[in-house]
Amino acid sequence: MALRMWASSTANALKLSSSASKSHLLPAFSISRCFSSVLEGLKYANSHEWVKHEGSVATIGITDHAQDHLGEVVFVELPEANSSVSKEKSFGAVESVKATSEILSPISGEVIEVNTKLTESPGLINSSPYEDGWMIKVKPSSPAELEALMGPKEYTKFCEEEDAAH
Amino acid sequence: MSLSRAKDLRLPLMNLVRLKGTPILEQLHLEERLLRTSSDNWCIVNDGTNVPTIVMGMSGKPSQLLEVGPVMEDRIPVIKRFTGGGTVIVDKSTLFVSLICNKDDVPNVQPYPRSVMAWSGSLYDEVFKSVNGFQLRENDYVFGDRKFGGNAQSIIKNRWIHHTSFLWDYDVRNMAYLKLPSRVPQYRLERDHTDFVCRMKDYIERSDFVEKTVKAVRNQFTLKQVNLEDIDSYAKGGYLKTTRLLTMEELEEAMADTIQNT
Repeated sequence: MALRMWASSTANALKLSSSASKSHLLPAFSISRCFSSVLEGLKYANSHEWVKHEGSVATIGITDHAQDHLGEVVFVELPEANSSVSKEKSFGAVESVKATSEILSPISGEVIEVNTKLTESPGLINSSPYEDGWMIKVKPSSPAELEALMGPKEYTKFCEEEDAAH
Repeated sequence: MSLSRAKDLRLPLMNLVRLKGTPILEQLHLEERLLRTSSDNWCIVNDGTNVPTIVMGMSGKPSQLLEVGPVMEDRIPVIKRFTGGGTVIVDKSTLFVSLICNKDDVPNVQPYPRSVMAWSGSLYDEVFKSVNGFQLRENDYVFGDRKFGGNAQSIIKNRWIHHTSFLWDYDVRNMAYLKLPSRVPQYRLERDHTDFVCRMKDYIERSDFVEKTVKAVRNQFTLKQVNLEDIDSYAKGGYLKTTRLLTMEELEEAMADTIQNT
């Protein structure tokens, strides 16, 4: 885990993790096998969103694996504060390359804050998926939903199996 | 049972809808509905749209992408579609091919933009194998270094759409409604529209292209023709429709933004 985090941060520092620099090295259909970071202390959905639960607030974003596979994010569509999100339902979308990709909420609840920095700087999702690239903060309505999410080890294995299957 | 029928049984099913001159707004509404409410795979081919129409991607800003004054003066409809990607002006000569797939029916393709794009490139490699110079270049279909096909996608949990507008022919006057976008592929260099694009009609016969496309799709799917009138039985339930025509007020606001920034 620590090696992965180091590798990812080093790759970021050397600007090796950008989709533009990797894509020309890849043959058709292959998926980057560069390390994606998975952080301790977070929970993960099989649709590649992360949740950080602190007290009565859950912060949600997309994982390093997701941003790496999506490519350079150029636009983010997010909900309004005070709207509600539902588990496994879409709450927004990102645009990257030529695609819109929907983002699913890992949990249900009320949106209490939205990361407005992403309007001007959508690339924060690529450069800092777990920190500056956070998307929404939610007051969970069913804390039990968090227990059903994957931990870091389980998510890491999930990503490896998903990539190996293609 | 013949070998070809036996082979078909192993291929996933895809519904084929063939349209002619369907307004692009109606086509996009159909696609968004099928993506979100159907569980089938779909291939939609629309042979031209009815009137010249500008179609922007999800994040498109008219003040940045369009010569808003002439667009408003000439009453060119402007649509914002549900997929990503850039801005095109389409008309009766444009050919549209859209592929909606369940990710599990294309198991060697991960539901991410570059993987879907690469798969589409290999499909059209088959279509254009007798034409020199075809390739998927960055995210465009080109002959040599000239673009003739623009692509866009939308990816949801278990499904995705990849759709393409093919520039069969174009009127240079229509290109004048579009500004040079801020995000361009590297291979474009600094070429303006007319030096960057080419006319597909100079490379392949129209009917030949459509039949070869259907054939290439048939190599991966068992195709079943479906009529537009029967769509309701395949697409049930409500969904959030995001593809829409921009209002006059929005265009006026874009005009005001343009004036303010000049």
